[in-house]
Amino acid sequence: MQNKIKAKAIKFGGNIDTDVILPGQYMTLVDPNELAKHALAGLDVEFPKKAQKGVILIGGKNFGCGSSREQAPLALKYSGVKCVIAESFARIFFRNAINIGLPVIECKGISSAVETGDELAVDFEVGKVENLSNGKKFQVEKLPTFIMEILTDGGLIENLRRKMKK
Amino acid sequence: MNITEKILAKASGKSEVHPGEIVDANVDIVMVHDLTGPLAVESFKKIGTLKVWDHKKVVVILDHQVPAESIKAAELHKTMRQFAKDQNLTFYDVGRGGICHQVMPEKGHVVPGNVIVGADSHTCTYGAFGAFATGIGSTEAAAVFATGKIWFRVPPTIKVNVKGKFKKYVTPKDLILNIIGKLSTDGATYKAAEFTGPTIKDMSIAGRMTVCNMAVEMGAKNGIIAPDETTRQFLEGRVKKVPDLKALQSDEDAEYERTVEFDVAKMESQVACPSSVDNVKPVSEVGDVPIEQAFIGSCTNGRLEDLQLAAQVIKGRKVKDGVRALVIPASQEVWRQAMQEGLFEIFTDAGAIICGSACGPCLGGHIGLLAAGETCVSSSNRNFIGRMGSTQAKVYLASPATVAASAVTGKLTDPTKLEAKA
Repeated sequence: MQNKIKAKAIKFGGNIDTDVILPGQYMTLVDPNELAKHALAGLDVEFPKKAQKGVILIGGKNFGCGSSREQAPLALKYSGVKCVIAESFARIFFRNAINIGLPVIECKGISSAVETGDELAVDFEVGKVENLSNGKKFQVEKLPTFIMEILTDGGLIENLRRKMKK
Repeated sequence: MNITEKILAKASGKSEVHPGEIVDANVDIVMVHDLTGPLAVESFKKIGTLKVWDHKKVVVILDHQVPAESIKAAELHKTMRQFAKDQNLTFYDVGRGGICHQVMPEKGHVVPGNVIVGADSHTCTYGAFGAFATGIGSTEAAAVFATGKIWFRVPPTIKVNVKGKFKKYVTPKDLILNIIGKLSTDGATYKAAEFTGPTIKDMSIAGRMTVCNMAVEMGAKNGIIAPDETTRQFLEGRVKKVPDLKALQSDEDAEYERTVEFDVAKMESQVACPSSVDNVKPVSEVGDVPIEQAFIGSCTNGRLEDLQLAAQVIKGRKVKDGVRALVIPASQEVWRQAMQEGLFEIFTDAGAIICGSACGPCLGGHIGLLAAGETCVSSSNRNFIGRMGSTQAKVYLASPATVAASAVTGKLTDPTKLEAKA
């Protein structure tokens, strides 16, 4: 994971569930690049095209609620989503995203401060989110060190491999 | 401490834990199914560990795309079959088990006081037996395969105290829908929901499972019910040894984030309208909602007493023309009991179709999908956009009694109204 990212935002509303992020009918797909073609198919079939060049996804409260399917954050990650920032997350999605190396940031007030198309900058090390299009800045709570390490290593598997080598 | 805290303290080798604290817990059982298992196997192989930490503690159940409806699904099943064989795991193949959350307690894999994780969000169902059980993703399941451990933040607990006697045809499903409607879909996020009170005490195991099953629909990490004599009776003969249940009760001075009170005495049948599980109203207030499909089944409401209730409503009546009614027993055990009791005859005479024990239409991946513009009333647990097929379809969640009554009239119907008409 890069410590700093900059990308355009795509904004969705509250309670974005894992069934709209990756509908059940695509759950038998194994290749993450194939999953990515159906990212957010429940809400916007054009999303993968829009995300291609790298985007930051903005959500309201309870982002990722519903099923435990890890295919949901995988589809987002491989479609081009660099980071998800939401008012709050459902817990399984939050853990899954970290475990597959997709950064997630809980940030109160973000959905009213960002519109689709705004340019955002995120600094994970200091916990800063900035909307470069309107100058609004947020200081967010940093994740516990052991979780940051999982993200820095690129996911839980890489993190475990590194620890087991020691 | 409350039950959740007691279990997490023991599992992490501590005498006491407090909400907010991060603990490294030993896992008693980890479960994966055919849609989350293959990713876990792939991740497990990447870790580089050759064998799972304890082959007796890993359970694999095929239940989602069962029997395989596509070559892709067949390949996933093959992957899991092979992994289970190579690692000498407990494995429930097609026709040997049923829906994972029904099979786990039936086959004795759920013991009160245990820490159980499953790569399925409805793993929280096992809280009905006084276990700490929660859903995780595939990669995390792989890490548990390798290490037998997982981190948790000790959750604050919401106490949900329920009193009153259910009216006829009002069920634990109506109660949990009502609770979710009041607390909202993120009302218990990261938290434990402990269900207590005389109504819970009087509730059957099937009902308790329905209640705990849907705790995740309000964001809860786990739902839990103190194990008692009802629990013991269900578990005798299924688990090796029922543990001391006295140690698994919340202390009198246990701390809760808050307590919410419910009284079911006057409660009517409830329905969660599209497309959020907290969009809950009494069925009587929803108005005219014509349906094309009625589904009785799932890990939420596919148990014997659910089928008995639906059969009671539908007996001697016909499924309305233009409506297809699907009945799916949650497991092979439930299937056998339902068959022996003659319930299949009642459903078949009414014009319903009975399908093999599996998740079915609940998650829109297998059978019983909806076309654009269609509406289903379902005894399952989610009504999100596209959950059961087309993104232009609608799903209403209700009790098996309401689903059965609606199948007869062809529109959303309170079961007591059906009786009044007869």
